[in-house]
Amino acid sequence: MRRVVVTGLGMVTPLGDGVETSWSRILSGQSGAGEITRFDASNSVARVVCEVPVGDGSNGTFNADRYMEPKDRRRVDDFIVYGIAAAQQAIEDAGWTNPQGEEAERSGVMIGSGIGGLPGIEESSVLMHERGPRRVSPHFIPGRLINLVSGQVSIRYGLKGPNHAVVTACSTGAHAIGDAARLIMLDDADVMVAGGAEAAICPVGVAGFAQAKALSTRYNDTPEKASRPWDEGRDGFVMGEGAGIVVLEELEHAKKRGAKIYGEIVGYGMSGDAYHVTAPAPDGDGAFRAMRAALKRAGMAPSDIDYINAHGTSTPLGDEIELGAVKRLFGDAVSQLSMSSTKSSIGHLLGAAGAVEAIFSMLAMQQNIAPPTLNLENPSPSCEGIDLVPLKAKERPIRAILSNSFGFGGTNASLIIKEFTE
Amino acid sequence: MSDTAERVKKIVVEHLGVEEAKVTENASFIDDLGADSLDTVELVMAFEEEFGVEIPDDAAEKIQTVKDAIDFIDANS
Repeated sequence: MRRVVVTGLGMVTPLGDGVETSWSRILSGQSGAGEITRFDASNSVARVVCEVPVGDGSNGTFNADRYMEPKDRRRVDDFIVYGIAAAQQAIEDAGWTNPQGEEAERSGVMIGSGIGGLPGIEESSVLMHERGPRRVSPHFIPGRLINLVSGQVSIRYGLKGPNHAVVTACSTGAHAIGDAARLIMLDDADVMVAGGAEAAICPVGVAGFAQAKALSTRYNDTPEKASRPWDEGRDGFVMGEGAGIVVLEELEHAKKRGAKIYGEIVGYGMSGDAYHVTAPAPDGDGAFRAMRAALKRAGMAPSDIDYINAHGTSTPLGDEIELGAVKRLFGDAVSQLSMSSTKSSIGHLLGAAGAVEAIFSMLAMQQNIAPPTLNLENPSPSCEGIDLVPLKAKERPIRAILSNSFGFGGTNASLIIKEFTE
Repeated sequence: MSDTAERVKKIVVEHLGVEEAKVTENASFIDDLGADSLDTVELVMAFEEEFGVEIPDDAAEKIQTVKDAIDFIDANS
């Protein structure tokens, strides 16, 4: 099988625009949480979210004008805007902005989203209800479809290879990277732009998750405290938004053009819970089997993993179940690794989460520092015997990482990325 | 320039993101101003909003230039 490495990174997160901004703020323990500003949420039981800070681009704010013409931007939902922005960063970082001829035909895109253009669907539905079908924009459909991030990115950069989009709820970003890597391994492409994008913080989006009792509601007056994975006081996840995109490349292709290499995708495991639409299987079997499959694919032992970026959403059930699955699979090796949840800083980016977290994990590996789990002040009793990197980033050797993502429907994905060595 | 022409041109500039100088009366939305099939639908919707007219689909198909739009609006509003 051909080897696949990561040669470009891009992201938009609630901590700011760009990889460096987000990562430095993660390490310094900043939180992206705040009260909902996008709409009047006074009648909502859940009022804490992690919104992308929009501004003129100064101080790490996200200025969409850097990435799109205003006329193009207003036709599409924000998940597409974030996706295009993060893709541009990743493609420029990789130096793969203008492939020609066969190179273009061997370059593809696989960017997914968990939910897609929900804000626009909500707005257009209200508009149609009030004013009839002739007021619905001709850009309504192409501005909301999930695969239109992949479509838009391919058009912008002339990427004529496989054009695909993953939709697996909160596992989307991880599945996209894993599946895109396999396309390269199987020789369907040499370069893939892959990841996830999400922007579903709108009245019906928040209400839907709140009614499923998935969101934190106890910390409306102290938003920065709301996302607290494994802490006794956790009470649900905090919705985030943004995008994470990587450029994946066949190893020899990357070496030939002297690309910088962030890491090698060596393991990818998938499983289904076959249990419940929203609740994870209580025995953690799905998570366990996804991680085990990733280790098997990588040909690695549990003790080879130094850092786990957990799914860790801050829900009472999910955190405990994932922790149990990790302890069961890693056995004695659990005492040697560090595991944290960066969702404590940026909230849950849903379909973008797996991609953003894979990027954070690679940076952790490059710099030998594990990002912190914020607000882990009173760990649950089950947290004993494992380093969950409470409150502060921790320097330690990291040679290989595992990143978990689990989604509604019982869909699980684990990625293993290793330091590149010949 | 008539009031209708001013307002039509303003809409075209905004929706197509083109320079004002390019929006001459004889300019074709598709051939000269870079509009695609979706843009032309959106333009017609914007004209309907701005001028409070209804532009049926068969009439909309015939509106291909800035002047076509101005003439239709002047005749029907």
